[in-house]
Amino acid sequence: MANRARAAYRRRAPGEPRALGYLYIAPALLVFVAMVIVPLGQSVWYSLFNWDGLSVATWVGVDNYTALFSDPTLRGPFLHALVLLVFYALLPISLGLLLAVVMSRVRVRGLTFFRTVLFLPQVLAMVVVAVTWRWIYAPTGLLNQALRLVGLGGLTASWLGSFSLALPAVGVAGTWVGFGLCMVLFLAGVQTVPRERYEAARLDGAGPWQEFRAVTLPALRPQIAVAATLTIVAGLRNFDLIYLTTAGGPGTSTAVPAYEVYHRAFEIGQVGSAAAVGIGLTVLIFALTVVVSRLVEGHE
Amino acid sequence: MISSRLDRALTYAVLVLFVVVALVPVLQIVSTALSSNEHAQPGLLLPDGLHWHNFVDAWRRGHFGSYLRSSVIVTVVVVAAATVLSTMAAYAFGTMRFPGVSVLFYVFLLGLTVPEEALVIPLYYDFRGLGITDTYWALILPQTAQSVAFGTYWMRTYFSRSSREITEAARIDGANSWSVLWRVLVPSGRPAITTLVVITFMWTWNEFLLALVMVSSDARRTVPLGLAFFQGQHSSDVALLAAGAVLVALPVVIVYLVFQRRFIEGMLSGAVKE
Repeated sequence: MANRARAAYRRRAPGEPRALGYLYIAPALLVFVAMVIVPLGQSVWYSLFNWDGLSVATWVGVDNYTALFSDPTLRGPFLHALVLLVFYALLPISLGLLLAVVMSRVRVRGLTFFRTVLFLPQVLAMVVVAVTWRWIYAPTGLLNQALRLVGLGGLTASWLGSFSLALPAVGVAGTWVGFGLCMVLFLAGVQTVPRERYEAARLDGAGPWQEFRAVTLPALRPQIAVAATLTIVAGLRNFDLIYLTTAGGPGTSTAVPAYEVYHRAFEIGQVGSAAAVGIGLTVLIFALTVVVSRLVEGHE
Repeated sequence: MISSRLDRALTYAVLVLFVVVALVPVLQIVSTALSSNEHAQPGLLLPDGLHWHNFVDAWRRGHFGSYLRSSVIVTVVVVAAATVLSTMAAYAFGTMRFPGVSVLFYVFLLGLTVPEEALVIPLYYDFRGLGITDTYWALILPQTAQSVAFGTYWMRTYFSRSSREITEAARIDGANSWSVLWRVLVPSGRPAITTLVVITFMWTWNEFLLALVMVSSDARRTVPLGLAFFQGQHSSDVALLAAGAVLVALPVVIVYLVFQRRFIEGMLSGAVKE
């Protein structure tokens, strides 16, 4: 009996309780549509107007979007964001790979300890990271302390106050946040590479560099894609760190789109333009995510 | 075997170097938080004793007691709501088939990539129209929705891998889909749910932009906003600021140390590969 019921059931599956599915999804979908989909649509709508947030808005069509390319105060933040991706994504991934190479050559004891510690910066609130790095870059801070200690006192600087140094200085803080995540990803990846492959490469007389090119890098391709996606998305979204370390300054030398959205909408009353920056940022994130996954697939 | 010993020494040297890089900035905060205010200054220093009263001062004078209260309220509600809603939605996405199922799922996936910056402006004006800016609702509703996107994606993986046999056996025993979910699948899905809970907890606890935009009264400030505000008001009060930073970070760090594997697993899954 039970068997026949089960067989009958199978035939009905994978339909399962059909329309009931909508009921299970409804509450989540309702909240999601009201708080994500509708505001996203509204952002697009806002971005087509010139609006100060108070008086009547005037229709400007796509002017706010063409300004993203023509207006230097809007083009700048997007360029800064791309520069920061070197620090937020490229450097953490490179450091992670370096460590993966080193680790692939011996069996490491205490892996859990290293993983826990290296990943730690990733779980700290950006507000705390900002406080920490403001202090590191302060005139009497850790960086200048260290430079004086090794006799490089001439190199001390007001890191976050300098037009040329502030952007890379904030970037390094982002590298510090992200490198542990990349390392942990790559460590996990390297552990799954059969040791024979390394031994074979070594028997063939491969040095560390060839070993990296021939064994480690191809094996880690999926992990590199994940690391790139995570760090790029997090880097482009990052508002807190800029707002709390430099507030876009000095001048506009560290302004990024995420900061520009807040600044324009809530500080200087250019709501339409701010919305266009937000949508532009969304498009950029989507585009880069797609590019990363294409790059990986193209090589497989 | 000399080269292998050299390799080993080199490996540990590199690892220890990175451990130092990861920890020194954190130690700087902790040691400053324990120093007296006269002694404290930005930079790495040995604390001049253990001045625990900095934490009491931060709690009272820095209003961190009140900020922590706001954070706890918002976080508990968001984590509970997002977990329940996304578990239910993921159950349907993972085990049932009905028209529109994949389109609807892709709509949720969209939520994983849309940055908050593209939502926060309309949310502010909508909430102001409803008169709910500067209430906990203004923080709870958007964050629940954003966590539901990740939660649905994450839990669907669990449900679609869950054993069909067990589900069907329970159904034949007369259990309806509701009790199959809560009596069979949820109890055996505890690891996946734990990951979801700790990740949602961390995101909600650390959220800054939304609180900055929505909250104007001191009583509604969450800890990250409180710390930023404190930094602006009392930037010379270094020891107190450090103590505040420790209070902001500590809850997440403790949860992270306890659920380290789940934490890392959840954070690394954020890159959708579909």
